[in-house]
Amino acid sequence: MTDTTGVQADDVTFTAGVRETTEGPVYTVSGQDWDSLTAEIVGNERVVVNMGPQHPSTHGVLRLILELDGETVTEARAGVGYLHTGIEKNMEYRTWTQGVTFCTRMDYLSPFYNETAYVLGVEKLLGISDQVPERASVIRVLLMELNRISSHLVAIATGGMEIGALTVMTIGFREREVLLHLFEDLTGLRMNHAFVRPGGVAQDLPPDGLDKVREAVVWLKKHLPEYEAFCNENPIFKRRTVGVGYLDLAGCMALGMTGPVLRATGLPWDLRKTQPYCGYETYDFDVPTRDTMDSYGRFRIRVDEMWQSLRIVEQCVERLEEPGPVMVEDKKIAWPAQLSIGSDGQGNSLDHIRHIMGESMEALIHHFKLVTEGFRVPAGQVYSAVESPRGELGVHVVSDGGTRPYRAHFRDPSFNNLQAVPAMTEGGQVADVIVAVAGIDPVMGGVDR
Amino acid sequence: MSDADQTGAVEESVPQPLPPHATKRGAFGVAGSGDTSGFSGLVRRVANPAVLPAGTPRDLWGGHAPTVDRLSAALAEAGVGDEAIEKVLVDRDELTVFVSRERLLDVVRTLRDDPELRFEMCLGVSGVHYPDEVGRELHAVYPFLSLTHNRRLRVEVTAPDDDPHVPSIVSVYPSNNWHERETWDFFGLVFDGHPALTRIEMPDDWPGHPQRKDYPLGGIPVEYKGATIPPPDERRSYSG
Repeated sequence: MTDTTGVQADDVTFTAGVRETTEGPVYTVSGQDWDSLTAEIVGNERVVVNMGPQHPSTHGVLRLILELDGETVTEARAGVGYLHTGIEKNMEYRTWTQGVTFCTRMDYLSPFYNETAYVLGVEKLLGISDQVPERASVIRVLLMELNRISSHLVAIATGGMEIGALTVMTIGFREREVLLHLFEDLTGLRMNHAFVRPGGVAQDLPPDGLDKVREAVVWLKKHLPEYEAFCNENPIFKRRTVGVGYLDLAGCMALGMTGPVLRATGLPWDLRKTQPYCGYETYDFDVPTRDTMDSYGRFRIRVDEMWQSLRIVEQCVERLEEPGPVMVEDKKIAWPAQLSIGSDGQGNSLDHIRHIMGESMEALIHHFKLVTEGFRVPAGQVYSAVESPRGELGVHVVSDGGTRPYRAHFRDPSFNNLQAVPAMTEGGQVADVIVAVAGIDPVMGGVDR
Repeated sequence: MSDADQTGAVEESVPQPLPPHATKRGAFGVAGSGDTSGFSGLVRRVANPAVLPAGTPRDLWGGHAPTVDRLSAALAEAGVGDEAIEKVLVDRDELTVFVSRERLLDVVRTLRDDPELRFEMCLGVSGVHYPDEVGRELHAVYPFLSLTHNRRLRVEVTAPDDDPHVPSIVSVYPSNNWHERETWDFFGLVFDGHPALTRIEMPDDWPGHPQRKDYPLGGIPVEYKGATIPPPDERRSYSG
């Protein structure tokens, strides 16, 4: 193996490394050394290029293996697994409540969806789905819809950055920052909230929570039109996205595509409408569709969905004016502590400590049992699904009657949808691969779990 | 399936012993340290519907009955024998059809193609490992979705540990390509007929299949302020 990559300081020439393998010569190119390579590979009609896993345009650690004929992609394959952390396996060794802490980290751009999908499954296993308080469901919907906006903002921001629209990236992250601050105000954390718990949510909203939501809504209403103004009719944006990443309805069906990719074929399939959960049937909103079946249509759908999410958020704020419980009545399931920040800056609840230490033996027992042992879930299995920003996020949870999940499997939409990369990119240009992948909007944390 | 048949099946199932793994010991299921409750000799039986030998009686199928009836009829029309459907389970208003692995491909093709079933999408496959259910240790669970009829259905197939083979349904549902690779990777279930059954999450040369119950979680003890906390799978647990 001869590796001659590197900078020669004297005459400043850059040489690509080459080594011979049974498959043919393998070149290592690191930038500025293309010139030394072109002479060698001229006449070689078939070049296989590894794009990623460390490529900024691959949305995390996605590896694309492209077979090129000049600038044309003749074959494309996606390689995943670089972010596998064994979340499903780990969940089998924690209580049902602790499971939320793990699954929120899967698709890190849509943590509330991971939590809610899992928790809806656990509640179905427990048979308490209709005992979850109204207010808890509304808070879940509020957080999920805000999360849809922040997730779509990243999709649009990174998608814009990848085709050179840097302003779209900077404003996208600016708006997302507003939402992450809001999440911190409402749940205590910007990401990985573990806020949705079996039976309800971890905490009620803080006293000024609704005002903060209203402020964020005002901000978004002011700034969301910028994306449409920058992109909708921008000739460069349109020439990069229109007709790129084409996948029609038959392709979507065969490949199990859901979310904006499916809705860009004109089919208004949205689980919030077709199989409502968390009371979505009581909210007034539309399912945006396009019939272009390309990355441009997917972009437009994402922008439209952000507006629809804002509509839902406003309806949630109205409903949250009335106070109410945010956790089921059953003290054998309901996580006991409503935390508050004490004078020492620690998250203790003095009221709760007074209650369990001075007032109620039962409360102490429930607290102790829930924290050390957890609650038991009747044996069986369920599949529950929510409409995440990327499509159907399904969870298959199995209980053997114990205090831990026997098995929790997540059907992450990014994982499934990445299978469409060959169908969307083969026969197109290399540069369009990036646009097609951005249209799928995969999040590798969710893909690899 | 007539009512008389179903009644007979229920009566037959009663004397059958529950599978061993459906048994738990002690009051708290404690493991890793002594059970001081005085109930350590207690044997509790947990009925896990997924491994019970009997299915749900037909009169409890509720709104799922037409789907199952149509599936049976369509299978009969297609010349697939009665043995394709092992049992039907309706639990928490979710329908699970247990299918013999030899007939899996016929069943999923019927599910997709029959106009009254029309399950256009298969949402992947999830493996479950029940090491104590001898002869049926590995389960493959397929959630199906019909957009036309807005219905869900689950198909479950089992395979023994010493013959971990299930036919691949990629030829019918191409979307299951990666999902089957994942289940092979994590459970060692071989999907016969898959176009390229390679590992997808773990490295190519990884030994073992990590989501199986006999595969340890791993981890190291962590010292914190003088105390040592054992790894999660060695901590005191109450799940047994």
